[in-house]
Amino acid sequence: MDPARFFAASRLVIVAGKGGVGKTVVTATLARAAARAGLSTLVVEVEGKSGLATMYGQQQLDYDEITLSAGGGPAGEGEVKARTITPDEALLDYLHDHGLSRISKRLVSSGALDVVATAAPGIKDILILGKVKQLERSGVSDLLLLDAPAAGHAITFLQSARALLDTVRVGPINAQAREVLEMLTDHERCRLVLVTLPEETPVNELVDTAFSLEDRVGVGLAPVVVNGLYDHVPGIDAQPETAAEAAGTTLRAGEAEVLATAAEFRRDRTELQATQVSRLAEMLPLPQLKLPFVFTTEIGPAELDLLADRLLAEIEALPEAV
Amino acid sequence: MTADAAPMLRELVEQRRILVCCGSGGVGKTTTAAVLAMEAARAGRRAVVVTIDPAKRLADALGLEGLTGTPSKIDGPWPGELWALMLDTKSTFDDLVVANAATPEQGQRILSNRFYRNISGALSGTQEYMAMEKLYELHQQTDFDLVVVDTPPTRNALDFIDAPRRLSRFLDHRLFRMITSPGRGVLKAVNVAAQTFLRTVSRVVGAEVIDDAVAFFQAFEGMEEGFRERADAVVGLLSDDDTAFVLVASPRRDTIAEARYFAEKLGEADISVRALIVNRMHPSFGDGLAEATRERSETLAGTDLGGLYANLAEFQLVASREEEHLAGLAAAVAPAPVVRVPFLSSDVHDVAGLTELADLML
Repeated sequence: MDPARFFAASRLVIVAGKGGVGKTVVTATLARAAARAGLSTLVVEVEGKSGLATMYGQQQLDYDEITLSAGGGPAGEGEVKARTITPDEALLDYLHDHGLSRISKRLVSSGALDVVATAAPGIKDILILGKVKQLERSGVSDLLLLDAPAAGHAITFLQSARALLDTVRVGPINAQAREVLEMLTDHERCRLVLVTLPEETPVNELVDTAFSLEDRVGVGLAPVVVNGLYDHVPGIDAQPETAAEAAGTTLRAGEAEVLATAAEFRRDRTELQATQVSRLAEMLPLPQLKLPFVFTTEIGPAELDLLADRLLAEIEALPEAV
Repeated sequence: MTADAAPMLRELVEQRRILVCCGSGGVGKTTTAAVLAMEAARAGRRAVVVTIDPAKRLADALGLEGLTGTPSKIDGPWPGELWALMLDTKSTFDDLVVANAATPEQGQRILSNRFYRNISGALSGTQEYMAMEKLYELHQQTDFDLVVVDTPPTRNALDFIDAPRRLSRFLDHRLFRMITSPGRGVLKAVNVAAQTFLRTVSRVVGAEVIDDAVAFFQAFEGMEEGFRERADAVVGLLSDDDTAFVLVASPRRDTIAEARYFAEKLGEADISVRALIVNRMHPSFGDGLAEATRERSETLAGTDLGGLYANLAEFQLVASREEEHLAGLAAAVAPAPVVRVPFLSSDVHDVAGLTELADLML
């Protein structure tokens, strides 16, 4: 499938997954890949601190947009921007837009927002999603990537609109929830990308999340991303001594054992990962986009480019109709 | 450092009364908490682990079929006892309300209020508070030698240290106090302003939402003091010498950064980390340098041996990077021992798995 078409399938793409699966790395990779495909992208973070900006070699994010990479160049790359949305700030915007600026300061400073948010659970989530909807409507960028809260909370987060329709039956919040729900359930406006590691617990949780979000929210599911797969290394099955002989060289004392142990470790884990990948395919009939494990502890611009290359290749390998 | 780590962790498991496992999401906190409690049972103690959100298979293995709020006993080959329970935020809160209510009627009025029913699910910090409350209750009312508590995956360590006090502040909310205790002289004027404010808010969220809240605060009248005292007692217990905080992390740069932030915040609250457990460490193979191995693989590119060196170089690189990141965190929590736990070949979901993990840790 043509990556430009893949990314243009809906303006909003929500990225969700359990803590520790690399959700933010995948969000950054999707943004980088979309930029390569010529789309301008705005990444929205909702959980405050995240490593996103550092992956692009930039400073921390703020409520105001910052540019992560400018785009342009001979390849006509799209621009990547990012910002955060917090409930308090989204509330101030909301009140301002609805001519209620005078109570807004007090609502936040008195802590009354906490009371209101408790009275109508989901109100903070709807404030954030309402702001996202506004961005989606205004067409600030070709693609809007929302780095959703970690798994368990992602379900509550995305269900907030439906839940609020029951609690708050009239007024502007009700209208807001209705509009958010319309956006979430319109597969041409919004899709969900779920991220997992090729490990048992994350796979189980991804499957649960996928089914509950499809059933309870009605959100459209894009292909899932399986992150952190070990690449195949040619020669990994070879015996070190035999391989040395074939290469016309000799090994130092103890070296054969080190090479063999390291190779065995990779083979074992690769096998475990393959088992989980097929288990996921059996349990969830969605195409998978596979990303390699990057042998480092931090993702910077270079690693991100490498991951984007791989993601684009995976997207190109998808059938046309996804 | 590594050599002393296991005995120091063992000392915590065998001597302390309370262990709090904290850290960011996805680092293996729940499993670590279960291992520590099991280890205490293996040392002959009567231990209970309070888990927050265990993966289903682990929950099944621990006999945690549903939220019961009471510990269930896990049988195993140990001289002590191992108990486990899954935190039920709502029923813990219900018990707290009932215990603090002046009359059974007051308790019932609160429990049936719609606003109250939202608190356990919607108010941020409630889960953290209830985890601490359960810990306190188990510590006070039962004869467990050790209570191990898993904490919700919070970004800010202070969220759960602050949670008890934050919630008691919330329950004592000034704005609502004004409305629920009308006519006290000067407050009357303020009261009118507050009423106007709330009317505006209710235009946005709907009147019934505000009515529920007001009814709740009215019903709650008089109970704040009890809640505050309890919150202070819980916080006091956390800073007690019998309590030890165990920081759980994984060796990626971002989770290490979060763990450091965690340790700093705990430090600000005068709480020190007594042990650092780092899960999912890559094994280190041989003592060669990744750089040299990489060069060798490039010289041999295209041969099987080149591939074997390339593989080794990748693992040597990632292992050395992990150690680099870990060094800063280890220094920040020193003299706490650093316990390194390697990648396991499968997920832990039974007592055998927990035992394997325990043997690696201690």
